[in-house]
Amino acid sequence: MTDTVPRTVGTQELNRLVVRFAGDSGDGMQLTGDRFTSASALFGNDLATLPEFPAEIRAPQGTLAGVSAFQVQVSDHDITTPGDAPNVLVAMNPAALRKELVHLEFGGTIIVNQDAFIERNLTKAGYDSDPLDDGSLDNYTLFKVPMTTITKEVCKDLGVKPRDAERSKNFFALGLLSWLYNRPAQPTLDWISAKFKRQQLIADANTAAFKAGMAFGETAELFDFTYEVKPAVLEPGTYTNVNGNTALSWGLVAASQQAKVPLFLGSYPITPASDILHELSQRKNFGVRTLQAEDEIAAVCAALGASFGGHLGITTTSGPGIALKGETIGLAVSLELPLLVINIQRGGPSTGLPTKTESADLMQAMYGRHGESPVPIVAAYSPSQCFFAAIEAARIALKYRTPVILLSDGYLANGSEPWLLPDVSTLPDLTVEFATGPNHTEEDGTEVFWPYLRDPETKARPWAVPGTPGLTHRIGGIEKEDGSGNINYEPDNHGYMVKLREERVAHIANDIPPTMLEGDIDDADLLVLGWGSTWGAITSAVMRAREEGRKVAHAHVTHLNPLPKDLGDIVRRYPKVLVPEMNLGQFCRIIRSEFLVDAQSVAKVEGVPFTAAELHSHINGVLDD
Amino acid sequence: MTDVPTTTKADWTSDQEVRWCPGCGDYSILTAVQMLMPDLDVRREDTVFISGIGCAARFPYYMNTYGMHGIHGRAPALATGLAMARPELHVWVVGGDGDMLSIGGNHLLHSLRRNVNLNILLFNNQIYGLTKGQYSPTSEIGKVTKSTPAGSIDEPFNPISVALGAEASFVARTHDMDRQHMMDMFRRAHDFPGAAFVEVFQNCNVFNDGAFGAITKKDKRASMLIPLEHGKPIRFGENNEKGVVINPQGSAEVVDVADVGESALLVHDETRQDPSLAFALSRLSAGPFEPTPIGVYRAVERSEYATEASKQLAMAQEQSGPGDLEALLHSRPTWEVS
Ligand SMILES: Cc1ncc(C[n+]2csc(CCOP(=O)(O)OP(=O)(O)O)c2C)c(N)n1
Ligand code: SF4
Ligand SMILES: [Mg+2]
Repeated sequence: MTDTVPRTVGTQELNRLVVRFAGDSGDGMQLTGDRFTSASALFGNDLATLPEFPAEIRAPQGTLAGVSAFQVQVSDHDITTPGDAPNVLVAMNPAALRKELVHLEFGGTIIVNQDAFIERNLTKAGYDSDPLDDGSLDNYTLFKVPMTTITKEVCKDLGVKPRDAERSKNFFALGLLSWLYNRPAQPTLDWISAKFKRQQLIADANTAAFKAGMAFGETAELFDFTYEVKPAVLEPGTYTNVNGNTALSWGLVAASQQAKVPLFLGSYPITPASDILHELSQRKNFGVRTLQAEDEIAAVCAALGASFGGHLGITTTSGPGIALKGETIGLAVSLELPLLVINIQRGGPSTGLPTKTESADLMQAMYGRHGESPVPIVAAYSPSQCFFAAIEAARIALKYRTPVILLSDGYLANGSEPWLLPDVSTLPDLTVEFATGPNHTEEDGTEVFWPYLRDPETKARPWAVPGTPGLTHRIGGIEKEDGSGNINYEPDNHGYMVKLREERVAHIANDIPPTMLEGDIDDADLLVLGWGSTWGAITSAVMRAREEGRKVAHAHVTHLNPLPKDLGDIVRRYPKVLVPEMNLGQFCRIIRSEFLVDAQSVAKVEGVPFTAAELHSHINGVLDD
Repeated sequence: MTDVPTTTKADWTSDQEVRWCPGCGDYSILTAVQMLMPDLDVRREDTVFISGIGCAARFPYYMNTYGMHGIHGRAPALATGLAMARPELHVWVVGGDGDMLSIGGNHLLHSLRRNVNLNILLFNNQIYGLTKGQYSPTSEIGKVTKSTPAGSIDEPFNPISVALGAEASFVARTHDMDRQHMMDMFRRAHDFPGAAFVEVFQNCNVFNDGAFGAITKKDKRASMLIPLEHGKPIRFGENNEKGVVINPQGSAEVVDVADVGESALLVHDETRQDPSLAFALSRLSAGPFEPTPIGVYRAVERSEYATEASKQLAMAQEQSGPGDLEALLHSRPTWEVS
């Protein structure tokens, strides 16, 4: 390591690259992946990420259960998924190699931390012999790098404790990968010094490790080439790299600004939704009030109480929390107040797979309340699009005075992508009008306020907030009479109100965008119909099929209740309809019952998203059938 | 607030027909509240009553104010959101013993702990009224009801002890037979800046008639109710012959004043930081068949939740200026594509 004279190696150009970083939970793989991603984003690549981590904060060290991985695809063109099979696997210990090797493409590159391949770790990972020497990796290009040794060596004179020095080895790996794939070093160096501003020794160690990784690539004579992925040709403008939860939080802030209504978030921590609570708790200067409530029920109730008071009440959670909130959502249906209920879905049932993704809460959103209790549902379909999905959900809630469920999932929440920042002056105006005076004249001529007298167009009732003189009124969950809002248990009245609430939601279909439809719109033999986070994989898969000359169209639904008015025509237009979902066919069932078409479900409920390759082969399978 | 218009009880009474059973204790509580309101110097439109579900929880319909009849047990949570969003409002929470100590027990505890500016009135009738007479978490052991034909076997809650244990800063008790005392307690709750908890002994004449009769009947009150008055030795009895002392074990105990002398009596201090004496007083009576303290157990001011939350907002705006969406979207590293 004394010889740092640069060696000239050739550079090969790649159109795209998929790297998977894997190590023990404590090895900092999420951070490493995140930094590699950020540097690539700033370099101008298009990219998509897939973080995967265990539910335990520190699962037993060195075990398969404790492996944490981060996959990123970087490319010189527009991409929509984190890639099928990685080209490169970085494995920081035997467990990571053993668990993640299945993902790697045949003939792919493996870079291991050789120092971790000791007897004890091999045993923990369940290896009988050392895979680095037993020929089992002969079908791959293997680089054995003593990352721990070199990192400790370069940190020796910095005054860092040996334990801290060792922990910097992920930066060594990052340095090596940055060199190998010609990633710019400066953003990472800047990030280290900013992040560890108050821990100078750690900053020094990480910097030294990172530089040592780069230098190792230069000098070790292991690598014949470095590789380069040129910046992508993307729409001009200013970009930032964003994950779904951040984009969603910012969308909520934007909605509040556009509506000129303060935001109130009631939430109870739950993976993978907690980051929205964290992000919004930092936005107090936007007038955002957050309450970490005692449970999910209190969280949604507080949000509804705030809505009664003229705020935009929001609650964020995952499926288990939605189960608890059901009764309150029903109350909001009856009270006809704006309320945003956000479900960042995860694997179920019960605790299920808390850190893994799944989209199996659609039926819960549609029907998971007692009585006839319809609620509009909006679903986000990409990390950055979560921003607009949040604004759209808020728009519907505010304009139509109704609870709205917004569905995202773990994959969107934690996955990131470059986002062409919108011009904030183009965001929709969500201004609401609060009631200011009486709206009804009694027979004797007195002017009174009727809380359930509706706007004829939106069918929304007036939003009359406490503090407004002349409008005192009582609302509640008991069945009421339309107009006056007085308690009314009469059979006819209930029948009328049930239908009215159904119609209130159904007629929103007049005010939502048409279905997103792409591909061979006119003459497709197959329609792939999706909703939510399958968008990326479907888009890539359809593109591949079409490149092979297949006639395929892709419709993606963002409004699941009510459905877009054009959807019936679309699903009947094509001979075959395939509905990929990360559940056992919930949307497919809705499509079949709504439109009486023979839609076929493709289900994947394994805690990981579809790959484009999987969907591509399903598409071919159906077309060849 | 001199510009608050003068009102009468009628102004605070809604046009809704009151639907409690004839003779229910809820009527007298409603009257006490409606009679108090004109005296409080508040506007009707700034006043909100929020409730859960139960007989007691019908209360908001009868007040000519803003109101919300929510869902079972969740009134303190609904009210917390409203009070945080609109700290200038006067928010009252009304519920029964089942509503607030069973299904909604958690929300009661946390609203008291947070010290949200709510006036919480718990109508304790020691029974589930609306669902027609099952035992409640305040029913005495051995209670025979439809759901406990062989007698209930679980220890009841003592609402005052529960509130004190939940860090409540204002805790009081009153009963439905004494309008003036109710009005005094409700006024104190209104005046208190923070979560004010008032337990009201309430007679359910249909399913638990006379539950409190042994202590609240006119001829029993002097000997069975122990008035707590700030700064005064705690005394009661037909001839004021009884008093309360703290015994060497730290428990409150009823004594004959003649035996111990006036100076040995406990002088009630509702502002005492340490809640243990208030707690001892709450344990003095094992149920409404023994001499039972009524009045303000504790009134200790501390920071109010919604006020603190608003302060953090103001501070953030002072430090970072009002929110700028454009700047927020550009707050992470960005790059240009041309
Ligand atoms: C979720 C839910 N569970 C159960 C009920 C049925 N329920 C209504 S009121 C009540 C108990 C009422 O008792 P309490 O709170 O003491 O009020 P009271 O009627 O005695 O005034 C019950 C169990 C309900 N409305 N909602
Ligand atoms: S059931 Fe009991 S508490 Fe309910 S209204 Fe009748 S008397 Fe009152
Ligand atoms: Mg009761």
